[in-house]
Amino acid sequence: MDKQKLKELVKEFRKKATIIRKHIIEEVYNAGSGHPGGSLSCTDILTVLYFHEMNVDPGNPRWEDRDRFVLSKGHCAPALYATLAEKGFFPREDLVTLRHADSYLEGHPNMNTVPGVDMSTGSLGQGISAAVGMALAGKLDRKDYRVYALLGDGELQEGQVWEALMAAAHYKLDNLVAFLDHNGLQIDGKITEVMSPEVVEDKFRAFGWKVINVNGHDYVQIMEALAEARKTKGKPVMIVADTIKGKGVSFMENAAGWHGSAPNKEQRDRAIAELDEYLSKLEVE
Amino acid sequence: MAQKIATREAYGNALAEFGADERIVVLDADLSKSTKTETFKKKYPERFFNMGIAEGNMMAVAAGMASCGKIVFASTFSVFASQRACEQIRNSICYPNLNVKIGASHAGISVGEDGASHQAIEDIAIMRSIPNMTVICPADAVSTRHAVKAAIEHDGPVFLRLGRLAVPVIYDESNFHFELGKGITISEGKDVTIIATGLMVSMAIEAGKMLEEKGISARIIDMHTIKPIDKELIINSAKETGAIVTAEEHTVMGGLGSAVAEVLSENYPVPVKMVGIMDEFGKSGKPDALLKMYGLTAENIVEKAQAAIAMKNR
Ligand SMILES: Cc1ncc(C[n+]2csc(CCOP(=O)(O)OP(=O)(O)O)c2C)c(N)n1
Ligand SMILES: [Mg+2]
Repeated sequence: MDKQKLKELVKEFRKKATIIRKHIIEEVYNAGSGHPGGSLSCTDILTVLYFHEMNVDPGNPRWEDRDRFVLSKGHCAPALYATLAEKGFFPREDLVTLRHADSYLEGHPNMNTVPGVDMSTGSLGQGISAAVGMALAGKLDRKDYRVYALLGDGELQEGQVWEALMAAAHYKLDNLVAFLDHNGLQIDGKITEVMSPEVVEDKFRAFGWKVINVNGHDYVQIMEALAEARKTKGKPVMIVADTIKGKGVSFMENAAGWHGSAPNKEQRDRAIAELDEYLSKLEVE
Repeated sequence: MAQKIATREAYGNALAEFGADERIVVLDADLSKSTKTETFKKKYPERFFNMGIAEGNMMAVAAGMASCGKIVFASTFSVFASQRACEQIRNSICYPNLNVKIGASHAGISVGEDGASHQAIEDIAIMRSIPNMTVICPADAVSTRHAVKAAIEHDGPVFLRLGRLAVPVIYDESNFHFELGKGITISEGKDVTIIATGLMVSMAIEAGKMLEEKGISARIIDMHTIKPIDKELIINSAKETGAIVTAEEHTVMGGLGSAVAEVLSENYPVPVKMVGIMDEFGKSGKPDALLKMYGLTAENIVEKAQAAIAMKNR
């Protein structure tokens, strides 16, 4: 890709991601509950996946040959829903109905009610196994679709994650790419204080995965890592993405308290104002 | 004497028999020799995947494969399927209503010598309480074959409860009819109805003969599908015989007996007596010795039948 084109692409991603971040704030605000912190930390990854990497068709969400995505850290449904709505899977206006009794937008991803959701998740540690199953099915059917998954770093404390990683390497699932949203925080505080899964790269390698480190808010690095993953044969790829929990909303950044609480009206206004300001800066750039 | 075949054996054979369907995939957790999925593996090695001793992962992998159009049979011992991997079955299989069939062998105390750690006596209760789950507990080799076929044809999660012990073949393949959710009336009777499942069905048949000698006419029902349960058959039997005995190789808390009592208490209350395990763990021993020790014999059914009839005439 030439430099100019790349620059434009990055600018497009910035805009898209900021719009998605705005949706996240509105979703969680209107629901009165939900998980903004981890949703904001994985927004840039989801933006690159859905607007650059993945082969999906919003008009035909269950298309057999599509690439699949499993949000193993299912509590970040607001980020996934916002991305899917932006991609055209369902109307953006519906996002504010998240978690409402008369809405199809369940608090955690539901594959049977939300177009574009490939696996129901919410119980940490299970989504990555489902992604392994999808990749295994793809191999069995000699299909060339690819499977992507997104894990939380606290989620790594679940033993099942390691069962799944072992299985993926055992069956040489080079059609599987997992992202680690390495934001360093979980509900009760720092992952290294609650129950350290570090050093994660060493563990992933020991489990037979290829590891690529990126800054999880750097679109070029994410794109390059995904390109390298495509070239990797014989083993699954883990992209360890260093991220900031709450990224993009100053008062939510790096604060464990914003893991699972909704902003009040004033906080919502401040967050939207910040994101709008960022958007208008992008316009004049 | 009737030929004896374990339902797990029949399960493995049925998987191999119906395995030509390319959508079928079989997973196991290092127990393929015991669950008999090895029979399928020998015939279709490319569609068999050993997931190692990691049952929780196996269930969610099965869910992922099912989401891609596969009909996935995931097998291990029932204790590990229904309890180690319970939450994976709930959240990754039943909640999304995916096409995964759990072949749970070594159910009940007839596992024998391995003892309590390997004897699932709570699996029916747990599995039937999960929405979208179908629970089948076949009585013999013939019905197991049909249960596997029905599980393949059914779109959605199925829990197949299978035994280790060789049990009498009670049905004749040539005139056997199996319908998911429909109990089989093995013999008609008017004084009491014995509703049994799994290996207790052959004991119920024996009990029926013993009762006949005492001048009691017992209707015998094989309730192979515990969920969805055959309400109509249960209610009609209560109306026509006025007393019910249930028989299961499972705790009396939450199993077949409870399912039958739920239907009757809401619709047509009659005395219900339960033959089953009384809130205690199993132990090591020969299967037949354990079945006697835990009160799971034809004699126990006869006693309960007489008690149920006595209650009806109160
Ligand atoms: C099995 C399970 N246990 C507990 C929870 C409750 N829970 C939701 S989010 C969370 C913390 C997750 O932390 P992390 O994986 O680091 O996610 P992120 O920081 O990206 O939000 C917990 C414990 C759950 N959803 N699933
Ligand atoms: Mg985290």
